[in-house]
Amino acid sequence: MSVAERLRARTPTRRWVGLAVAAIVWFALYELNRPLWDWLLLDVLGLDPAGRLGSGVHFFFYDTVKIGLLLVGIIFVVTVLRSFMSVERTRALLGGRREGVGNVMAAGLGVVTPFCSCSAVPAFIGFVAAGVPLGVTMSFLISSPLVNEVAIALLFGMFGIGPTVMYVGAGLTIAIVAGFVLGRLRLERWVEPFVFETRLGGQLIDSTLGLSWDDRIQMGIEEVGVILRKIWPYLLVGIGLGAAIHGWAPEDFFAAYAGAGNPFAVLIAVAIGIPLYSNAAGIMPLVEALHDKGLPMGTLLAFMMAVVALSLPELILLRRVLKPQLIAFFVGVVGVGIIAVGYLFNAVIGV
Amino acid sequence: MKIKVLGPGCANCVNLERVTREAVAAMGIDADIEKVTDYAAIAGYGVMRTPALVVDEKVVLSGRVPTAGHVRELLTPYVA
Repeated sequence: MSVAERLRARTPTRRWVGLAVAAIVWFALYELNRPLWDWLLLDVLGLDPAGRLGSGVHFFFYDTVKIGLLLVGIIFVVTVLRSFMSVERTRALLGGRREGVGNVMAAGLGVVTPFCSCSAVPAFIGFVAAGVPLGVTMSFLISSPLVNEVAIALLFGMFGIGPTVMYVGAGLTIAIVAGFVLGRLRLERWVEPFVFETRLGGQLIDSTLGLSWDDRIQMGIEEVGVILRKIWPYLLVGIGLGAAIHGWAPEDFFAAYAGAGNPFAVLIAVAIGIPLYSNAAGIMPLVEALHDKGLPMGTLLAFMMAVVALSLPELILLRRVLKPQLIAFFVGVVGVGIIAVGYLFNAVIGV
Repeated sequence: MKIKVLGPGCANCVNLERVTREAVAAMGIDADIEKVTDYAAIAGYGVMRTPALVVDEKVVLSGRVPTAGHVRELLTPYVA
């Protein structure tokens, strides 16, 4: 029996009880994670928690389980919540909005609308052809990958509420300002002409209409599987690198070269981040390990944002609808925003 | 019956074509399956999330990869 059939065969009570049990098991595993590895690696195997091997190996296993659990829980919850939102509805909300208010709304909707980068091009055409201003569309396209639910979840799990709020606030600000600037620059001539010539036909189908709770739960379970299957190699490489840095990198190595004392650290972090094709889940273990080694939060957030917001594959996709000049402006404006956020946070909060 | 699978060629689009072919084979119907990769054509159907499935010029699904069983359900009204 498939997941869908099993879910359909359930009564509503059994469905909610099942979800409650799953939530309790999740919390229990999350709480047991550290004691389990402390006991197994330190007590049973006798590894030294202060030694290189001990701290590296402990970091690897503990973080793999922690990140795995966080991803499963948060992707499920976010997918179920997002099943109430759709790109079609977002476009309807943005249609006819002026710039300014439109940029703010687009940035916010970019965060909550379910969306993946492989749909960036059809969504772009759909928005522009429906009369959403170019700058407002850009605010949506920037905030959607930049303020990433996986990144929010992991930041919250690792660094607490402060850096998470900073990240979301900074991401929204960059999306709003960058979209507004791109809109003011009147860059419509650098959009491939076919976008404006496209006539929207057919009737819109809003895939979120008529979904039952069982459908939404099933979508949540499917999405967890899809994302984990896609990102696990990045995740393991990221955690492995994080573990290596954790165990073997000399205490002051990174702080000396990329710490608060180096005025170019943020620039270098962004320059390294842009071509680095990964995603929030793969990059976060690195961020955690580097933070432990004394790198300031602003530099790390800038690095992470460069990785998730300006990915080469997405830029190549966008080339189908945008001319190189506009892509260059896009990278420039978003890049400047990310660098500014990095320096600002370093100045305000330091390490 | 004329079926179109809309998508630029990402993994999801390949999966949608596969489950659609499975569903058509399982139902034993005579269907012409075509892939549409042109962005202007995709957007012309009003589709903003790929992959999408079009049956006899009507969009019946967009934004996710269904199971073969779900595709059978979607195709049933068109088998007449």
